[in-house]
Amino acid sequence: MRAAAGMAVSPVQIEGPAGDAFLTVKDLRVHFPTDDGVVKAVDGLSFALRKGKTVGIVGESGSGKSVTSQAILGLHRKTRARVSGEIWLDGENLLEASDDHLRDLRGSKMAMIFQDPLSALHPYYTIGAQIVEGVRTHRSGVNKADARKRALEMLDLVGIPNPAKRIDQYPHEFSGGMRQRAMIAMALVNDPPLLIADEPTTALDVTVQAQILDLMRTLQKEFGAAIIMITHDLGVVAEMADDVLVMYAGRVVEQGAVNNLFAEPEDPYTWGLLTSMPRLDRTRQARLTPVPGNPPSLIHLPQGCKFHPRCRFTSEVPGDRCRTEEPELIPTLSGSLARCHIAPPRRAEIYQTVVKPSLQPEEHA
Amino acid sequence: MLFYILRRLIAVVIMLIITSIATFLLFFAAPEDPARLTCGKNCTPATIEGNRKALGYDKPLPVQYGKFVTGIFAGRDYPDDPALRAAAPELVVHCPAPCLGYSRVDNEPVLDIIKSGLPISASIALAGFVLWITTGVLGGIVAALTRGRWPDRVIVGIALIGFSLPTFFIGLLLLVFVAIKWQLVPVPSYVAFTDNPAEWARNLVLPAITIAAVYAASYVRLTRAYMLETMSEDYIRTARSKGVREWKVIGRHGLRAALTPIVTAAGLDLGGLLGGAIITETVFTFPGLGYTAVKAVTDFDLPLIVGIVITAAFFIIFANLVVDVLYGVIDPRVRLA
Repeated sequence: MRAAAGMAVSPVQIEGPAGDAFLTVKDLRVHFPTDDGVVKAVDGLSFALRKGKTVGIVGESGSGKSVTSQAILGLHRKTRARVSGEIWLDGENLLEASDDHLRDLRGSKMAMIFQDPLSALHPYYTIGAQIVEGVRTHRSGVNKADARKRALEMLDLVGIPNPAKRIDQYPHEFSGGMRQRAMIAMALVNDPPLLIADEPTTALDVTVQAQILDLMRTLQKEFGAAIIMITHDLGVVAEMADDVLVMYAGRVVEQGAVNNLFAEPEDPYTWGLLTSMPRLDRTRQARLTPVPGNPPSLIHLPQGCKFHPRCRFTSEVPGDRCRTEEPELIPTLSGSLARCHIAPPRRAEIYQTVVKPSLQPEEHA
Repeated sequence: MLFYILRRLIAVVIMLIITSIATFLLFFAAPEDPARLTCGKNCTPATIEGNRKALGYDKPLPVQYGKFVTGIFAGRDYPDDPALRAAAPELVVHCPAPCLGYSRVDNEPVLDIIKSGLPISASIALAGFVLWITTGVLGGIVAALTRGRWPDRVIVGIALIGFSLPTFFIGLLLLVFVAIKWQLVPVPSYVAFTDNPAEWARNLVLPAITIAAVYAASYVRLTRAYMLETMSEDYIRTARSKGVREWKVIGRHGLRAALTPIVTAAGLDLGGLLGGAIITETVFTFPGLGYTAVKAVTDFDLPLIVGIVITAAFFIIFANLVVDVLYGVIDPRVRLA
């Protein structure tokens, strides 16, 4: 089952939406022409997502995660961004839809939860007014009183205590966790079958993080929504996602079912992410290993593999291939996809002998 | 909220007292002898001394200020001599409360002069205000939404020209071409609203455009800057992600947040203008407070200068208070305490 889900995300696919997937993204490219050159924020991204499932998109800042989510919602300005590829949502290609139709889908068929709810909520309107606006935008027949009733229901559902009083308060009167709950209530108010969560827990402290993730899982069970979870936190992905996409410099470097990918990650960049993550079960003497260097400029990408300037393992590849030839995203032994020139058996070996030991708690501490 | 307004009102009174003392002191810092200025060409030392006594300039400064303040609340007589008043009332001029002083040049209480000038200044200020707010804010919004493209360039260009041209130049240009050469409107002369509303409006067109030209230019720039700022905020993206129509995103979400600084500036500018638009009124010879102030300065009519300064200060201070209260209404994050 897991492996099958992994194969469903293969970029090699037939025309049209894939199988029973609710959302299919194919070869998505988002380019921003600027005075300094073309910023290739997303360059060839493909995945499929079924109802009731969650896909996690991980990567550093600037790897193209948020740009992807905004492309799905159609929030990029046509004057500023060139979006190409295919985005199939419930049988229609969003990139060919009219602006007006897209606007109609936003908030009703697909909704978004943003990070940092303090700046994502309008400071001048009450929480209730902002939720009511969402209802009345899509259901013109609903009167104010019914919309308010619906807002109250949603606030109650996401666990805001005393919603009758809270509904008339402003965002600044809410705590961080409550604001994020209100944001979720706002996104879910029209029962959207697709929910995109852009770093929904980044601005929150850890205990609240767990509550919010719990809430999202419960709501997913209840509504059967498909969720795209965008984060740089591998812990959140491991907790929430069925499939994972690891992005680097606008490309997917590794993609697969979450269990496979975390059990046997194959891409050196994924290894870098794993070893740079602080863990409670590791002794304090053990040092974190950050990925050296900085993400590349999206205008002047390096030749060959985009990760090679920061990769510790380029010597594993004979000749100059890492510097000259970009690897394809191809199936791995474990059933995921990875973009690396190192031969698959050797990758498994490196992971077992070099990477994995540094992830284990040290017994003798 | 009520307590806040009350506290601010007390501050207004204190500021007015300070302003009046300052102008009062300036009055006497002038190198001219105020008594000498009260009589014309046929002046004899005897009349000067007589006037000095009549107007109270012979008393020490604090006493004079005290009389000035009592005059505001209780009115005063010139000369302040109960015996003379009883004996020959026709020799005594009464200035009823609130008395801001008595102009020897016009032989009229200062307050009456201000009362006749104020509606004129207020008319110009309000007509100009409506004009510059609508054109300035609309222009700013359009410029912000078309940033970098030709409508933006054109609007910002026009605003720059409007901003660079001096008021008297715009006023004279309009007067010469629109009123005199092309005769599209009559050469403006003030008609009271209560006399004839249509004529009132027709005559106000040119002065209002003149005032509005300069202010609209700065409001275009102000609105454009704040709209650009708010339209890139996260909550605008949230509104779009909810599927809200674009014009509602711009109006209800963008403009609403950009409004705070615009309201602040508009309130203060309007308050400032109520005290008289000196250049515009002079160009069109509208006898408002600004025009009167210039005349008072050239005539060295000191009581009138003090009166106008205090009136203008009152409007500015009061506008400040109104803006502060509006702030709390517009922005729920501002808690007035």
